Amino acid sequence: MLRMSAMAVTLTCAVLLAAPFAQAKTLTIGFTTSETGKLNADSKPQLLGFELWRDQVNTAGGIKVGSKHYKVALKYYDDQSSAGRVQQLYSRLILQDNADFLFSPYSSGLTATAAVVSEQFGKIMITTGAAEGKTYRLGNKHLFQLYTPADKYLKSALDVIKAKSPKAKIALIYSNDGFSSAVAKGALANAKRMGLHVVFDESYASDTTDFGPIINKIVASGANVLIGGGHYADGSTLARQLHDKKVNLHFISLLVAPDIPKFANLGEAALGVTVPSQWEHSVGYKPDFGVAPSAFTKAFEAKYGNQPGYHAAGGYAAGLVLQHAIEKAGSIKTAAVTKALNGMNAMTFYGRVHFATGAGDHGLQIGHDMVLAQWQKGANNKLVSQVVWPASAQTAPILYPLKTFAH
Amino acid sequence: MYDLVASLASGVLVGAIYGLAAIGLSLIFGVMKVINLTHGAMIALGMFALYFFVSVLGFNPYVSLLPIVAGGFVVGVMVYWIAVNRVIGSSDLMSLLATFAMNMIIIGVGTALWTTSPYNVDFSLPGISWHGYTIPGTQIVAAALAIVIAGLLYVFLYHTRTGKAVRAVASNRQAAELMGIPTRRILAIAFGLGIAVAGAAGALIATLFPFTILSGGSYELKSFVVTVLGGLGNPAGALAGGILLGLIEGGVAPFVDVSWTPVIEFSLFVLILIAFPAGLFRIGKNH
Repeated sequence: MLRMSAMAVTLTCAVLLAAPFAQAKTLTIGFTTSETGKLNADSKPQLLGFELWRDQVNTAGGIKVGSKHYKVALKYYDDQSSAGRVQQLYSRLILQDNADFLFSPYSSGLTATAAVVSEQFGKIMITTGAAEGKTYRLGNKHLFQLYTPADKYLKSALDVIKAKSPKAKIALIYSNDGFSSAVAKGALANAKRMGLHVVFDESYASDTTDFGPIINKIVASGANVLIGGGHYADGSTLARQLHDKKVNLHFISLLVAPDIPKFANLGEAALGVTVPSQWEHSVGYKPDFGVAPSAFTKAFEAKYGNQPGYHAAGGYAAGLVLQHAIEKAGSIKTAAVTKALNGMNAMTFYGRVHFATGAGDHGLQIGHDMVLAQWQKGANNKLVSQVVWPASAQTAPILYPLKTFAH
Repeated sequence: MYDLVASLASGVLVGAIYGLAAIGLSLIFGVMKVINLTHGAMIALGMFALYFFVSVLGFNPYVSLLPIVAGGFVVGVMVYWIAVNRVIGSSDLMSLLATFAMNMIIIGVGTALWTTSPYNVDFSLPGISWHGYTIPGTQIVAAALAIVIAGLLYVFLYHTRTGKAVRAVASNRQAAELMGIPTRRILAIAFGLGIAVAGAAGALIATLFPFTILSGGSYELKSFVVTVLGGLGNPAGALAGGILLGLIEGGVAPFVDVSWTPVIEFSLFVLILIAFPAGLFRIGKNH
C-alpha cells in the first residue's frame, strides 16, 4: 500500500514538473539569410546571432507565454543576396511555412523588399542589419528597427573631426547602394550643421574593385580626412588601396567593413581605420532584461570560437527583443506583441531599444546610440579593435592624426 | 593636370591586366567558337590559388605564377573534356549553357569553401610617387608581367609547332584535320591555355586588391568588352583592347562621378560595335 502511494506521489510530481514542458509548442520565426552572393560575409554573423539566441531560449525551456512555453524554431532560406528571392521567400515563409514572426534579411535593400511582403500580410518583423530609415517612413505598422538609422551612422565620426580638427577637409565617398547613400546624405547634412568642410563628395558602384580613379580624385581635392564606404568587400578594398597608394589622411572612418574581425587581415592597411559600430563587445551596458554584454560575448565565443561583432549582436538582440515583447504581452497575437514593442524603452546588452510610434516613422529606432571603434596595435603588435568614442565608452584613446607616408 | 596624368597611368597599368584576362576568353572563342562562361570563375580561382601559395605556403607571389599557370592548364583541359568536348559542333547555346553550368558549380563550391568574404594577399612593393600620387610597385609589376605573359603566348602561337596547330584549327578545323592535326587534342590544349591565362590574370589581380569568389565576375564582363574591342578571337588585339579600356577609364574618371564610368564605358562600347563590328584591331587578327 505504502509502495503504491509512493508511486502515485512520484507520478503526480513528475506530471506537475513536466507540465510546462509537456505543453511546449513551437513558435516559428522565418527569415532569409545570404548564404551565397555578395552579402554573405555580413549576413553570416547575423544568422549565428539568431541561432545562439534560439539555442539559449530552447535550453531554458522556451518562451513563456502565460502558462504555456513555446520552443523556438527558425525557418530560413538562402536569399542569394537578391531582392527578387527575398520577395518570393518571405511570401513562402508566411503562406507555406506559417511563420509566426519574422526577422529581416541582412541589408537595407533586402529588408525594404521583405517589409513590403511582411506588411501586406500584417506580420511583425524585427529588422536587424538594416539601417536605412526610409523603409520606416512609409506608414508600416509591424516593422521594428534595431539598428541606429543610417542618417546618424557617421555622426560619431563627425564629432571626432569637430573635436580634433574642425578645419579638416573632408572627403565623403560612399557606395551607391541605398544604405550607404542614406548614411552619406545624413553625414552631409550633419557636417553642414556642424560647420565642417566637405571638399569632395562622390559615390561609387557597390561592386567596385579598383578604387584607383576615386583615390586620385581624393588626392586632387586636398582632403585630409575620409569618411564613407559601404559594405565589407568594397570597404576592405578601399582601405587597402588607400594604404598602397600612400594617401596621407589624418582620420579614416568606413562603414561596416572594419567591424568584421577579418578586416585585421589587411595588416598595416587596417591600422587606425575607424568604424561607426552599433555595438562592441567591450560596451558596459547594464541591461533591464536578458544577458549582459560580457555574457553574450562569452557564450558566442564558446559556441563559435570567435569574437562577435555588431552583426552577430544585432541578430541575438532581435530574438531577445521579440522574446521580451511576447512574454510581456503574454500572447503571441500580433496586436498584443505589437503593443508591447510599441511600449518598449529598455536597455539591453546591445544598447537602448526604443521604437518611434508616430504614424510617419513607426518602428524607427530612436533609442540606440552608436560607438566608434578603431583598429590599433595591441600586445605583441597584434591589431585589436578599441572603442575610442564617445569618451564614456572609450577602451583606448583615439589615434589622431594617423601616421603620414613619406612620398 | 597631375590628377589626369596619374589617372591615365593607372588606367594603362590596370588595362594591361584587363587585356591579359581577356586573352584567355579571346583565345578560346577564336579557336573553338565557345563563349566560355567559366572565365570569371577561373580568374577567381587564380586569385585563391595565389592566396594559397603566398599566405599558406609562403611562396613569393610572382614565383607562384608558374604553378598557377600549370595548374590552370590542367584544370582547363579537364573542364574541356568534362563539359565542352561533347557539345562542340552543336548549337552555340549548348556550349554556353555547359560553361555556365560549370561556372555555377565552381561559384557554389567556392562560396561553400571560402564564403564571399574577401581574402587579402598582404604583399606590397615600393612604388613611384609623384606630386602626392602613388602608383604601387605591385601594380607596375603586374602590368609588366601581363605584357610578358601575353608576349610568351604570342611566341607560342606563332613560333611553335603546337601553337601553329592551334592557329590552324582556329582558321579551318576541317582542313587542319585533313592535314593530320589531332584537332580534339588541340582544342583541349587551347582551352587549357585560355584557362591558364585567366588564372594568371586572377593571380596578378590578387596582388593588387582583396578578392572573393565572385570577384572574377567584373573582370569577365570587362573581358567581353575588351575581346569585342580587340576583335573576337584575336589575343594581340585583346591586349591592346584592354589597355584602351584602361585608358578610357583613366581618362574619364577625373571629369565625371566614378559611378558614371561604366555608363560611359559601355556607351563607347556600343558605338564601337556599330562603327567597327569586327573590333578595332582587325589588322592584328591572327588568322
